[in-house]
Amino acid sequence: MKKTELTYDDKEGTRILFSAGMKLADLIESNYELLAILSRLGIPLGFGEISVAEMCRHHNLSVNLFLHICRIYSSATPILSYDQLTTADLPDILSYLHASHLYYIQHTLPRLDAKMQAMIDSCDGTNRKILSSFFADYRREVDNHFEYEEQTVFPYVKSLLDRTPKEGYNILCFEDNHSDIEGKLHDLKNIIIKYLPDNCAGDLRIDVLFEIFRFEEDLLKHTLLENHVLIPLVEKLEKDGQ
Amino acid sequence: MDNRRIYKVLLLEPSAIIAAGIRTLLADFPDFRMLDTETTGDPALAIDRIATLGPDLVLIDPSLFPSLRRTPVRHAFPVLQEVTIVALCHSMVDEELLAEFDGSINIYDSPSQIHHKLRHAAEQGGKTLQLDGYDLSDREREILVAVARGKTNKEIADMYCISIHTVISHRKNISRKTGIKTIAGLTVYALLNNMISETDASIGLQ
Repeated sequence: MKKTELTYDDKEGTRILFSAGMKLADLIESNYELLAILSRLGIPLGFGEISVAEMCRHHNLSVNLFLHICRIYSSATPILSYDQLTTADLPDILSYLHASHLYYIQHTLPRLDAKMQAMIDSCDGTNRKILSSFFADYRREVDNHFEYEEQTVFPYVKSLLDRTPKEGYNILCFEDNHSDIEGKLHDLKNIIIKYLPDNCAGDLRIDVLFEIFRFEEDLLKHTLLENHVLIPLVEKLEKDGQ
Repeated sequence: MDNRRIYKVLLLEPSAIIAAGIRTLLADFPDFRMLDTETTGDPALAIDRIATLGPDLVLIDPSLFPSLRRTPVRHAFPVLQEVTIVALCHSMVDEELLAEFDGSINIYDSPSQIHHKLRHAAEQGGKTLQLDGYDLSDREREILVAVARGKTNKEIADMYCISIHTVISHRKNISRKTGIKTIAGLTVYALLNNMISETDASIGLQ
């Protein structure tokens, strides 16, 4: 029997044991948020007793990358070393990030919009105006952020992978442009919890807050993946290409 | 010859295993001495002990105070004012919470790291209690209003004849107290609290 390779994170005391040999269903049982990862990687449910390694083989996916992403989403302080990953993992990383964007745009943000709108509608005139305007600004920022990554960053990485790099751009520009869309979400959360007068409907506020907390968490992991996996690997690719 | 000070340490840790481990480690540090051998997870009992035993340094498991997430440790325990407080972390702890402590060690740190961190914290000494509470001070409110009106740090510094450094430190305190970091967020705060009128706001309202 093949020895199971154990990977764990003990940096901050958060031990997460994920291995190539474990059952995919057990992995999901240990953290149901990982369902989102399966969906974004195009892995359908109904996989029976399949192991992580078998699933990755079926879907032509690197086991290391898959476990790495799972660890990022499961640990409070994930290991951020990317040494097991190589530039060969970049196409899969790109498709994962792209699929995440699609998920945010098609599911998360419309849900947030609807819940936010319901809450805003329950507020009185002035507060409605203040919140609408703040949220509209925030939504524009989020849309721009994703669009920039989709239109500029990802095509650039693809061009690098095709060995026809676009002139005049490098991944450092991305780091500079990586606006903090988490800041306003964080503020919105505190405003709704602490400062919105109680004449706005309470249940609707709680619905919005759950939505914000989950989106915030998801975005945090997404950003970790971009900053600590994508960017270092692209930098490596840039250096190799020179 | 060796006139190095010996710091008296009180440990507040509910896990007997971890407490025993810390005691064993500390026995090897010549400049630290454990005061107490009992394990406790009871904050009320802890206050009593701090008062009677007079430690120089208190090692606290921050998870003992989950309900105090937004309440600075020192505010909750005025008796800790003159004592160095070090967090003993088992898992990830919110940075903001850690800021309330004079230092932190993690159970996964090596013995030498722990020794180093404890000595560093002990030498620095305890912070003094900030008595300004959670409400914004008058000056902080003035500065928040200026920020919400779209003024830059430089303009605010000139307006109140203070240094830019002071403005930044006020802004940090404003963000710490309100939990709001961005200018747009602070503007919403000011509007909701009627501190500015809609026409004054740095962000346009549709």
